[in-house]
Amino acid sequence: MSAAVADRSTRLDAAWDALRQVPDPEVPALTLVDLGIVRGLREMTGGLEVVLTPTYSGCPATEAIRDDVRAALAPFGEIVVTLQRAPAWTTDWISADGRRKLREYGIAPPGPASEAVLRFQPRIACPRCASKQTERLSAFGSTACKSMYRCLACAEPFEYFKPI
Amino acid sequence: MNSPTTPTITPEVSGPSAGPLPSRPAGLGQPVNPADQAVPSGDRPSAPAFSVVRLGAGRHDVRYVLRIGDACLILAQRLGEWSGHAPILEEDIAMSNLALDLLGQARALLTHAAALDGQGLDEDQLAFLREERDYLNPVLVELPRGDFAFTQLRNAAVSSWLLLLWQRLEASRDAELAAIAAKAVKEAAYHQRHAADWVVRLGDGTPESSARMQAALAQLWPYFNELFDADEADAAAEASGLGPSWAALREPWTAFLSGLLAEAGLSLPPPSRFLSQGRRGVHSEHMGHLLATLQHLQRAYPGGRW
Repeated sequence: MSAAVADRSTRLDAAWDALRQVPDPEVPALTLVDLGIVRGLREMTGGLEVVLTPTYSGCPATEAIRDDVRAALAPFGEIVVTLQRAPAWTTDWISADGRRKLREYGIAPPGPASEAVLRFQPRIACPRCASKQTERLSAFGSTACKSMYRCLACAEPFEYFKPI
Repeated sequence: MNSPTTPTITPEVSGPSAGPLPSRPAGLGQPVNPADQAVPSGDRPSAPAFSVVRLGAGRHDVRYVLRIGDACLILAQRLGEWSGHAPILEEDIAMSNLALDLLGQARALLTHAAALDGQGLDEDQLAFLREERDYLNPVLVELPRGDFAFTQLRNAAVSSWLLLLWQRLEASRDAELAAIAAKAVKEAAYHQRHAADWVVRLGDGTPESSARMQAALAQLWPYFNELFDADEADAAAEASGLGPSWAALREPWTAFLSGLLAEAGLSLPPPSRFLSQGRRGVHSEHMGHLLATLQHLQRAYPGGRW
């Protein structure tokens, strides 16, 4: 391996490390990498190109995410952020680490996207006490991606990250 | 607005010998900001006029994409009106979220229509600077929001229609349109479930809720026909692989809606022959009022940015 190639891969690794520190503005327990929305990172002349995919069509965090990525990667030169719609983001791309962080933060992680819109969806386990004796309070929540629930066992309210 | 004599009036000065009397009672029609006195109305050098934009006529693909984009945009505007007015907080949140999804879909589609059109227009210009006749949404989505039953039944009808449309557009030969559809199809499925749940809950609920839902059905029924109207833009879209003719959606949509209305215990009105013409730019009297709200800021402050 030539020195130039080694340098380049170290640089990309460092850039990925920097991206792993960028929290999602709406769900700060997760990083953008945990969320699975960073679809690519490429060298370009004088900087880097980052490919992001939007979570929801109308997600108001998209602009904030783009700015945060630019700021985090500023030391690597000029940063071009490309939004790529296809393939469409799915909650199945949230990493295992991300799911653990969600649970610790008090948000029930999403079930499989294939079960997204069943008329009678499976019971959601409480992220605090793991009981499945829970009920939905609101189909929509503080952000487009979540519903609001209540645990009937420990009486705590919690949010559920909807599969999509 | 200032009259031509305004600059000579000095209402702050009082007393019998303090110059000419104001030509109208002090405090009425006087400029609030002294800076307004210097520049007569209509002659502000830094304020551009509200200038209308139009997409090129005759492009079938542009019309096809714009019709769907405008359907999303105008329904988003109507749902947004529920913010702070829904019967319960959960539904206030729900309708704002649905509106947000629809607005995101509209932004993508308007941007794409502008790109196909090739005049260098953007989503904001298309959303805010068109004349009424250049909006191509079906009349159904521009009807006033009505009561909660009306809103939920319309949402069920439109989200089911959009869901069928997105499912077919996922296979579009236009890669951008296919990508927009692949995202939107998942959102529409949530919208459909939410609205359909309410239609059943209210239709099969108390005598009052059931009567409200039946009345909403009677009002909305004639406007459903336009969702399956088709013209040369649909034929061109079908032939080129851009997307389905709207006419192809009638059968699967009717199957879904009939099942839903049966589950809700609602009876189907007799077939209507009324055909609204919003997708050809001919709107109801409600559209101008809706646009007055939607375009207000751009008309008051042309070129203003968020």
